[in-house]
Amino acid sequence: MQSGGEILIECLKAEGVDTIFGYPGGVLVGFYDTLFDSNITHVLPRHEQGGAHAADGYARATGKVGVCLATSGPGATNLVTGISTAYTDSIPMIVLTGQISTELIGGDAFQEADIVGITRPIVKHSYLVKDVKDLAETLKEAFHIARTGKPGPVLVDIPKDVLQNKCRYEKVKKIGLVGYQPNEHGHPMQVKKLLKSLESARKPLIIVGGGLISANGSGELEKFVDRVKVPTVTTFIAQGGLSSKNNNYVGWLGMHGNYASNIAVSEADYIISIASRFSDRSTGRLDSFASKATIAHVDFDPASISKNVKVDIPIVGDAKNVLEMANKMVDDFKWDKNETARVEWLDHVKSLDKKQPFSYTYSDTIIKPQFVVESLYKATDGNAIITTDVGQHQMWTAQFYKFQFARQFISSGGQGTMGFGLPAAMGAKLGVPDKEVIAVVGDGGVLMNIQELMTCVQYRLGIKIAILNNRFLGMVRQWQELFFDKKYSYTCLESQPDFVKLAESFGAVGLRAEKPSEVADVIKESLKVKNIPVMIDFVCAREENVYPMVPAGASISEMIIG
Amino acid sequence: MRHIMSILVENKFGVLSRISGLFSGRGYNIESLTVNMTEKSDLSMITIVTTGDDQVIEQIIKQLRRLINVIKVRDLTLYNHIERELILIKLFVNSKNRSDVYNIVNSFRGKVVDLTSDSIVIEITGEESKLEAFIEVVRPFGIIELVRTGALAIGRGSKPTADMDKKISSI
Repeated sequence: MQSGGEILIECLKAEGVDTIFGYPGGVLVGFYDTLFDSNITHVLPRHEQGGAHAADGYARATGKVGVCLATSGPGATNLVTGISTAYTDSIPMIVLTGQISTELIGGDAFQEADIVGITRPIVKHSYLVKDVKDLAETLKEAFHIARTGKPGPVLVDIPKDVLQNKCRYEKVKKIGLVGYQPNEHGHPMQVKKLLKSLESARKPLIIVGGGLISANGSGELEKFVDRVKVPTVTTFIAQGGLSSKNNNYVGWLGMHGNYASNIAVSEADYIISIASRFSDRSTGRLDSFASKATIAHVDFDPASISKNVKVDIPIVGDAKNVLEMANKMVDDFKWDKNETARVEWLDHVKSLDKKQPFSYTYSDTIIKPQFVVESLYKATDGNAIITTDVGQHQMWTAQFYKFQFARQFISSGGQGTMGFGLPAAMGAKLGVPDKEVIAVVGDGGVLMNIQELMTCVQYRLGIKIAILNNRFLGMVRQWQELFFDKKYSYTCLESQPDFVKLAESFGAVGLRAEKPSEVADVIKESLKVKNIPVMIDFVCAREENVYPMVPAGASISEMIIG
Repeated sequence: MRHIMSILVENKFGVLSRISGLFSGRGYNIESLTVNMTEKSDLSMITIVTTGDDQVIEQIIKQLRRLINVIKVRDLTLYNHIERELILIKLFVNSKNRSDVYNIVNSFRGKVVDLTSDSIVIEITGEESKLEAFIEVVRPFGIIELVRTGALAIGRGSKPTADMDKKISSI
């Protein structure tokens, strides 16, 4: 006979979990006693939100399921932003929460919160385990649901007595979920239709979304686009899904995406969306989005198809499997028929990018934030894993760091969560320790989870934190400048810490660059430091704007170029 | 347009809140909702009457199917089906108009289930249009209280509702 706590650990091991991000508390004391003696690596964040984002960053960087744990009540509610962030970007995550004993539930006991109820709209699924006999089966289902189909966070709420009670643990082999059977393989007829339309298209375009990353489909995608030579753009979050060095790569589309991508979408006669969900930040005004194009859409989630944009050729399935099928069928079609038209089209799209690339005006007296990102790119050979918060720095990172492989770019695309970058970098570094991991953040967001610097110091995680410091909540300030007559209502960060001293007080390394001439040296110095986090304060131009910009509600082709 | 949906679900903790939460969170309408256990104790049938254009209805069905505990969803509007609702209505009556009420109840095939010197409770089942017509006819007597179950529906023919495959061709 084993206790619920022991069974939980057995289940985690059976799922291949080696690292969890957890914070102890009242109802978990007994479980922590058991956990201490197991060989699972437990990372203690300094706030549960940091733990949730770290599990998310770990999942995005490795492709494995991230696991976080918190105690009942406030411990659990502190996870909410992290769960929501993972849900919107479809990140596989197991969220374990302690709950007060079953006989006390509903009585407003100490540290009671209905976390299953609170998180219901932001989880893929959730469980309250009421009997230790159900624990193993529940966890098996939870992991299965989190990582299959369109992935997402699954919450398992476990009361204190369920963790203490004993039963015989048997490894669960079968999963009995009648209502959940994701369609792994696309319908061959539909894939044939997709290729048939591509064959006759003169201006085809592929839009790659986050679903390709979670399906680990980059290899198949590269094979496909190299064969059929179709200009390919990614969504913001799918950057790296096709290497920026690939000849067919055009850029990324959306509100601050590159000119060529946004124009190409508007001119294309045929669009294949590979698991992008046509979010409003990608499409701009819907009625003028891709108005000339027939649209094929590959997605695991039938509800994503024709939700925002009407689709002509729907294919429900795993992006990688569908591309694999397409690659097998590809030689049955006549690609030479329209090859000239397609090559001309690719050249045209590429020329748009030459005409209007991402650009900024360099200054030799004041550091431009774009210059910092460019310098980071050069210093790391474009090879680092990059995480961000949300805002201007996030967009500049996406514009000036050219991503080369999937899972390299880790950013909260759907929710736009401030305070995500630092803990996500922490999780990524734990998952991929041999890679350089850099959190590019703003001076606003970095303070939202600054406590995780302590965790990084404790676990000797040599991440770099590059603060693009402009003493503003820059993106909102930009909107105020452009659309509210420069009335900077509460966006100026009038006081802030000395980030160098702050880093040092945590036992990290603090560096600062105040002049453009210092940027490269400071980055070089930071890269020499191993096993200790380095925080770099880049004192940047204050009122730099992100361009191009599609104003909210405008058509994607109506960009403010700047 | 009005649609009536049959949703076969696993009879698990919180399944109703997942479904009602989906409707409220995404801004869909619920005109009526009924939940009951089916002939199998581990399955429940939820019947929802909702309104929306084709795109909204398509999304509702797809979003419902995403829920892990939802086994099958049928938009019964597209199938031959029988729909019923039960209402209990309490009216003011007196010795002078009681027989008028009885006549109306009889012509609607309702039942009198309670009677006092100044009130009457009537039970009546039928489709929404019949019930609405009945309510309008008795309204002048004075309605004290009205409770209704919301619509229930079942497919015609030998197949279980959740497995029906023959759609009405012209809808």
